[in-house]
Amino acid sequence: MLRYFVRRLAASVLVVFGVVTIVFFVVRAVPGDPVASILGEQALEVDKQALRQCMNLDEPLLEQYALFWGDVLNGTFGELCGERGATVADKLVANIPATLQLAAAGLGVAILIGIPLGVVAALKPYSWIDNTSAVLALLGISIPNFWLGPMLLILFSLTLQALPNPGSSVAGLSALILPAITLGTAMSAKLMRMMRSNMLEVLNKDYVRTAAAKGAGRSRVVLKHALRNAMIPIITILGLQFGALLTGAIIVEKIFARPGLGTLLLDGIQQRNYMIVQGCVIFISLSYVVVNLLTDLVYGSVDPRIRYD
Amino acid sequence: MRLGFTDILRRLSPLAKLGLGIVAVVFLVAIFAPWLAPYPLGHVDVTHQLEGPSMAHPLGTDENGADLLTQVIWGSRVAVMVGASVVGICSTVGITLGAISGYFGGWIDEVIMRITDMLMAFPGILLAILLIFITQEPSLLAVIGALSVTGWSSYARLVRGEVLSEREEDYVEAARSIGYKSPHIVFREVLPNVLAPVIVQATFGVAGAILAEASLSFLGLGPQDMPSWGALLDQGSTYFLLTPHLAIFPGVAIMITILGLNFLGDGLRDLLDPRGLTRHGN
Repeated sequence: MLRYFVRRLAASVLVVFGVVTIVFFVVRAVPGDPVASILGEQALEVDKQALRQCMNLDEPLLEQYALFWGDVLNGTFGELCGERGATVADKLVANIPATLQLAAAGLGVAILIGIPLGVVAALKPYSWIDNTSAVLALLGISIPNFWLGPMLLILFSLTLQALPNPGSSVAGLSALILPAITLGTAMSAKLMRMMRSNMLEVLNKDYVRTAAAKGAGRSRVVLKHALRNAMIPIITILGLQFGALLTGAIIVEKIFARPGLGTLLLDGIQQRNYMIVQGCVIFISLSYVVVNLLTDLVYGSVDPRIRYD
Repeated sequence: MRLGFTDILRRLSPLAKLGLGIVAVVFLVAIFAPWLAPYPLGHVDVTHQLEGPSMAHPLGTDENGADLLTQVIWGSRVAVMVGASVVGICSTVGITLGAISGYFGGWIDEVIMRITDMLMAFPGILLAILLIFITQEPSLLAVIGALSVTGWSSYARLVRGEVLSEREEDYVEAARSIGYKSPHIVFREVLPNVLAPVIVQATFGVAGAILAEASLSFLGLGPQDMPSWGALLDQGSTYFLLTPHLAIFPGVAIMITILGLNFLGDGLRDLLDPRGLTRHGN
């Protein structure tokens, strides 16, 4: 068990090293003078020189790379030289809660819709409810979130006047409902399909038949014996789908004009501020790596048959 | 069991046949776009801006007075080109590296697999966003390149796993014993036996590539040199309170195309990949 954890951890450390290296060198391949793109062509030579020095641009590339590792390891992701004393990490920290809230709400929608529908569909395979949810799942997978969002906005904001427009300042939970549905729909469809096939497989297992044979009630068999085992592979899917939630959040934040990491990233791209772009991409990827590491470790301890090779 | 092309066609489920039909229609629309579009591309009618569907403009017009149907028809070209090229490049590179990785093992396998680990550490289109950031004005080629760089790893993983399990089969041993060289064994003997799940993966891959391109375009990072469904949707969303049709129709085009590919992919999977190795590309 410990051996598996250690090997899995070592593999993740290598991946983190790769991610930071790839992002650093890709961003340095951006043509043009980064200082000019931040300050503008008309900026004073003194200011340009100061910024160049602050961004370590006068150092050789490998030196810059080493300095950047220092910034990553001390958690600042580099100083934002345009703004006095601010670091990229400050910007990230300011935007993480909004994205986290959105991702959690989207995950909630996905789980609340996907898992019950999948279980019900598996309990009555080929019934009308199974067929309906199969069609819904296909639709859910095929509808792009950047279309679903505007459609929900048109439907609710215009027709029903029920929820606040994206521009309005009505805060609170209601402003989260449409973004969460937009983000969670595709994932709920995948969860539903996965849950259905897991349940169908588990329901045919000997231990479920044994439980039924010894006289356990239907609901007890389903909830205690079948569901708990069918849920185990879902852990892995949740980990893998976390990545889809993060990139989906970039799009959903744009649709609903929400603050967050995606908005920070897109603004950074627009302003060609590569410190921000670099920080966002590394941070988002690292959180994906960490979540996948955690799900693998949880999976490994829940199901002792899993071994890394 | 080996299935021929016509066998596969005949045995597809009705839903998968519908999917194939949708894909064929989108393909034909893309090829014949200049003849099918009611107006030339770039034609604007300044007296009819932001208008709803009418006889002259079946899907309405945008803020410049350009016909939306014309743009949606031309948009199918970007979708087809991106879908076909990205999957073509990714599957070729992925199959080759995956086969080498699985057949030879050792340090080659280790290196290729660690590279796929790193590429897969970037969720979804994030690495593509970063790569497009390098190009100042993303072109169609840049988008195809960015999606290809990130997309081959899933094919490599899939083929590697399949080749690993085929490697110890008797027919490989037989080919080796009569003196065939490794490249011949890998590409002529083993690969044909592992292609079925790759075909399924590629079908979902086309859907994934089209969605990825549309997502990039929606974020303003798509090809700037051609009209794309995602970009149309992005423009349309700006005015959706005024003119919802601008956001509705490009999205419908994307959705129908993706739905068709998913129908086809599900049908092919039932026939070719009974063990369920492949997954949805999006």
